[in-house]
Amino acid sequence: MELAEFLLENRAEVTRLIGQHVSLVLLSTVLACAVGIPAGLVMTRSHWFEKAGLGFANVVQTIPSLALFGFLIPVPAIGGIGARTAIVAMVLYALLPIVRNTYAGIRGVEESVLEAGRGLGLTPSQLMWHIQIPLSLDVIMAGVRVAAITSVGVATIAAAIGAGGLGMYIFRGVASVNSTLILAGAVPAALMALMVDFALGRLEVHLRRHKRS
Amino acid sequence: MNPAIDLLDVFFQRENRKIISNFSLRIDYGEICVLLGRSGCGKTTVLKLINRLLEPARGEIRVDGRSTKEWDPIQLKRHIGYVIQEVGLFPHMTVGANLGLLLKLERWEAERIDQRVKELLEMIGLEPQQFGKRYPSELSGGQRQRVGVARALALDPPILLMDEPFGALDPLTRQEIQAEFLALQGRLKKTVVLVTHDLREALLLGTRIVLLREGRIAALGTPQELLSSRDVEIMQYLKPLRDVHVL
Ligand SMILES: Nc1ncnc2c1ncn2[C@@H]1O[C@H](COP(=O)(O)OP(=O)(O)OP(=O)(O)O)[C@@H](O)[C@H]1O
Ligand SMILES: [Mg+2]
Repeated sequence: MELAEFLLENRAEVTRLIGQHVSLVLLSTVLACAVGIPAGLVMTRSHWFEKAGLGFANVVQTIPSLALFGFLIPVPAIGGIGARTAIVAMVLYALLPIVRNTYAGIRGVEESVLEAGRGLGLTPSQLMWHIQIPLSLDVIMAGVRVAAITSVGVATIAAAIGAGGLGMYIFRGVASVNSTLILAGAVPAALMALMVDFALGRLEVHLRRHKRS
Repeated sequence: MNPAIDLLDVFFQRENRKIISNFSLRIDYGEICVLLGRSGCGKTTVLKLINRLLEPARGEIRVDGRSTKEWDPIQLKRHIGYVIQEVGLFPHMTVGANLGLLLKLERWEAERIDQRVKELLEMIGLEPQQFGKRYPSELSGGQRQRVGVARALALDPPILLMDEPFGALDPLTRQEIQAEFLALQGRLKKTVVLVTHDLREALLLGTRIVLLREGRIAALGTPQELLSSRDVEIMQYLKPLRDVHVL
């Protein structure tokens, strides 16, 4: 009840923090897609990229998020205190599921379907655009969903380096031992993660509709 | 005149294992050449060598008198319709889109594509309005196989490679489709290389039958010639048919 009261009294600030949080998640997920999907596609074509890409994404994923923010702060151009550094870190985190799923999705396309495409005289790039990508969209979307949910969580930590978002309440609450404040950050963030999961999950099911012949 | 397809002393191997050896075969225009043989004897491999999905280790393959090495690989494949053993319809595309894909890639106009797709569906006895919009998952096995054949014919290629196009069907449907195919071939006069391991089908459809054994040609002849052959494997093939006749 205290939480509801708090949220209602501070609705202007709450709205602003939710807005920041959403922007962080949206921007980093979109950027991660823009980098991760092409990277995953290239990895299915080149052995070198296959090794390097999966290795890199795995290493990034094992760095604790707070430490990653810490590492990035002193880096020129992308570092410093603020939203930019947070977004870079969040993109790096979101990359692994997107790259991995793009790669797995393309690799998972049934051999008979590819054989038919090749036999009909599709060029490798026509095969990619007309067959492999459309048939992996659901798997790619599953990666995007995981990336977006992770980003909602990582974004709460972004407050530590001055990027704003719902983490502001959590950090303030922890510092002042105020559980209402902690919940004011944590509950909306959790709801946001659930909503993202639901919405993108639906999209995924929709994309999977016509996959089996 | 050049033969439509000419295989000249072709060898093919995988990991040092010989899959196809000493393979020489001339296939004339308008023939239905049937490749017959046990599972794993190399029938699919021969088809893939013809449209250059596989490269021979030795020997030469000529299509329309020209070595497949000299053909542009994509042009060659569009010149030769290929019906693969697993049918391989694109599951995310409607039947209409499956049939029209190559035409779209060849930059045909939309109207002309629609017209051709309709023609193809009528040709295989599927009602265009109804079936054009369906997805492969919404077809029966036999309908899927027909669509596979129609898709290979979309660009009206003069040569058609068919890998067990009528496999996995009940005998009645199979007979029906075989008869349809013969009627169709009477009109289209394609050069056909058809794979089967069903002797009855080979005798019914083939103008010439090639029996493969472990990647080599074990016997070669018209259906009549094969029926009077003394080859042990052919006699084994024929035995069940003869037994039925006795009944
Ligand atoms: N991708 C592959 N890798 C390794 N060996 C293969 C591959 N494809 C086929 N082979 C082998 O090559 C031989 C010939 O195979 P092929 O597919 O031509 O047989 P087939 O006559 O078409 O048999 P089926 O009637 O079962 O389709 C077989 O021994 C098979 O195991
Ligand atoms: Mg085969």
